[in-house]
Amino acid sequence: MTRAPVRIDAVMLEARAATLVKRAIKASAKRAGIDLAIACLDLTTLEGKDTPDKVRGLCARGRSPAPGAPSVAAICVYPNLVPAAVRGVAGSSVRVASVSTAFPSGLSSLDLKLRETHEALESGAHEIDMVIDRGLFLSGRYDAVLAEIVAVKRACGAATLKVILEAGELGSYAAIRRACDLALAGGADFLKTATGKIGISTTPPIALVLCEAVRDHTRVFGRTAGLKLAGGIRTTKAALGYLALVNETLGPAWLVPGRFRIGASSLLDDLLMQRASGVSGSYSAASYIATA
Amino acid sequence: MSGVATGADFTYAPALEPVAAIALRDRYGLFIGGQWVPPGEERTVPAINPATDEVLALVSQASAADVDRAVRAARRGYEKYWRKLRPPERAKYVYRIARVLGERAREFAVLETLNGGRPIAATREFDVPQATAHFFYHAGWADKLAWALTGPERSRPLGVVGAIVGGDRSLLAAARKIAPALACGNTVILKPAETAPLAALALAHLCAEADLPPGVINVVTGDAETGSALVEHPDVDMIAFTGSAETGKMIRRAAAGTGKRLSLALGGTPAAIVYEDAPLDAAVEGILASAAVRVLVQEPVCTELADRLRARFDLLRVGDPLDRNTDLGPLPSRAARDRVAELVASGIDEGATLAQPDWTVPERGFWCPPSLFTNVAPTYRLAREELTGPLVAVLTFRTAEEALERANGLPSAHTVSVWTTSGALALFTAARVAAGTVWCNTSERYDPSAPFGGVKESGWARDGGLAGLRAYLET
Repeated sequence: MTRAPVRIDAVMLEARAATLVKRAIKASAKRAGIDLAIACLDLTTLEGKDTPDKVRGLCARGRSPAPGAPSVAAICVYPNLVPAAVRGVAGSSVRVASVSTAFPSGLSSLDLKLRETHEALESGAHEIDMVIDRGLFLSGRYDAVLAEIVAVKRACGAATLKVILEAGELGSYAAIRRACDLALAGGADFLKTATGKIGISTTPPIALVLCEAVRDHTRVFGRTAGLKLAGGIRTTKAALGYLALVNETLGPAWLVPGRFRIGASSLLDDLLMQRASGVSGSYSAASYIATA
Repeated sequence: MSGVATGADFTYAPALEPVAAIALRDRYGLFIGGQWVPPGEERTVPAINPATDEVLALVSQASAADVDRAVRAARRGYEKYWRKLRPPERAKYVYRIARVLGERAREFAVLETLNGGRPIAATREFDVPQATAHFFYHAGWADKLAWALTGPERSRPLGVVGAIVGGDRSLLAAARKIAPALACGNTVILKPAETAPLAALALAHLCAEADLPPGVINVVTGDAETGSALVEHPDVDMIAFTGSAETGKMIRRAAAGTGKRLSLALGGTPAAIVYEDAPLDAAVEGILASAAVRVLVQEPVCTELADRLRARFDLLRVGDPLDRNTDLGPLPSRAARDRVAELVASGIDEGATLAQPDWTVPERGFWCPPSLFTNVAPTYRLAREELTGPLVAVLTFRTAEEALERANGLPSAHTVSVWTTSGALALFTAARVAAGTVWCNTSERYDPSAPFGGVKESGWARDGGLAGLRAYLET
């Protein structure tokens, strides 16, 4: 690329992000936002104690979270639970996403990463959530990071590729932006903020950096990409804030499951409680919400 | 009306700040000697809601006789109570104003928005907290003045201070004058902005509730005539003014030879210097944080910056300033709106390229869509005169020297924001640019502890900080 690296400065970025997530989303907008957040949800379980049964329950919940509510966008699991997830979503619009490439660290050989990816796809995953190798990135071997992304993208074929940047490990907003641009250059269909496995996952300014990268990529290269915000989004209020941030940076055309995802495990509980209160006028106890 | 073309299913519902709790009177008298008194002559001026052009209340037009009454009350308050008070006691009163203002922040924010047109998000999150911070900050100085400057003999109050403020942030502008004046032991006569006096009147009410001794704060409302009467009154020891350079010059002429002290915070258009290595999205946000800005941009990124500004214009949410999601409200007055319209017309006439967003502004009220002018030549009025906005005028430069020459060649210089990711270039520029405040990669940041004011035609003396105290003391 002949373009100079994009310059980022923290102060105004954080100020703008804070303004956007503080938008007052009330009444009809809140109701619409809750259903939108559900429809864009990658309902996730990524624990060492995951079992096929747990995944089956999650799938049932993702298909019909509550009466009248839309189904979630995808179920996100580890590769060896993809078969269970595929069975669980069969016959519905819910997709199966598999984390891959030695999630969450990304520290294995490219061969292993590609084999893992192939296996997940052969098991029926529709989407691959790869992690970038932060070790390569932080030691300045950007070409190698790009090469890995390109290789995984090729392995994905028609499947959707989400590239996890693990923004909280990259050290600066400028570095996050650089990683965004690498991922987009490598053919990422989605940029994804984080694995959810470290302290800092998704924050409003990090989300804004991703939005700006996608916006600029669309403007310069005419190729759109989506973004997935994952990790630490647990409340309806936070989810609505991020919807506003995307709405006012990329525009309403991005508020669709094909271009926007929220990766979360517990968020759905709060969304359904808030949704029920919007319908009935009062908050229900948590026990009235079916959990997986 | 909103600038954002939201999808059918995620259009923000109105989120209006409730106004029911705000007790507006039909008619306001003058606040003199701790009491509300009717003006000597039955003359009123309407306080207008600039978003709708509706009358909110009728405000008294103080005559020279009323001003004289206020000056005598302030003098009495000074001699009888305020100068005799031990400084720690004085501090307690100023702290009390700060506390009550903080407790009633929402009410003041709504008043300021109703009458000044600034969006509620700005008044609630910036103007009122900042005004409160000025009282807190200066209360802390009240009993430490002997150490603040050069010794106890240097910390005598002046006496009676006339504070004249204009613009759409009447509460903040008033707080910047009243807080240091009181903390330094002076009594005050406040003449708030003609078009937005309601928050200042509420502040007077608050002072009465805070049991300030009578005459320590007085408020006289009215137009320029009232202001002149205050400036010309022989028993006023100091005039603290915020407003246009033109009025500042008149005040200076009127005060010449009278022994009156002056502190003038005059206008001036903020400038933004955008270097080619600038964080452009940040620069766009910083530029839009100011109402009107003259942007000096390095040629390689001119098109890119203009494109981003244009795209960002379309995303601005324009509408009822009481809506918590509104980014851009109306101008504070008809005159202010007409001034912007006139500047826009001059830009078109002189050959600059105008871009405006594709949404329209409401018909009633004093609205103006934001205007972005590119291809502005240094000789155009947009490049020379004081701009009011929403207005952005973009000029280009090739080298840092040229940027400095452009920035320093203007008659007024208030604030400059420098946009670059090179620390060395930022420091190089900051050291050479003539302005009261220089920001790097940010803009419109203020703090009561940081002196604020301009150079050249933007006035002299400072508001805030140690430097700001000097103006209110016999040194």
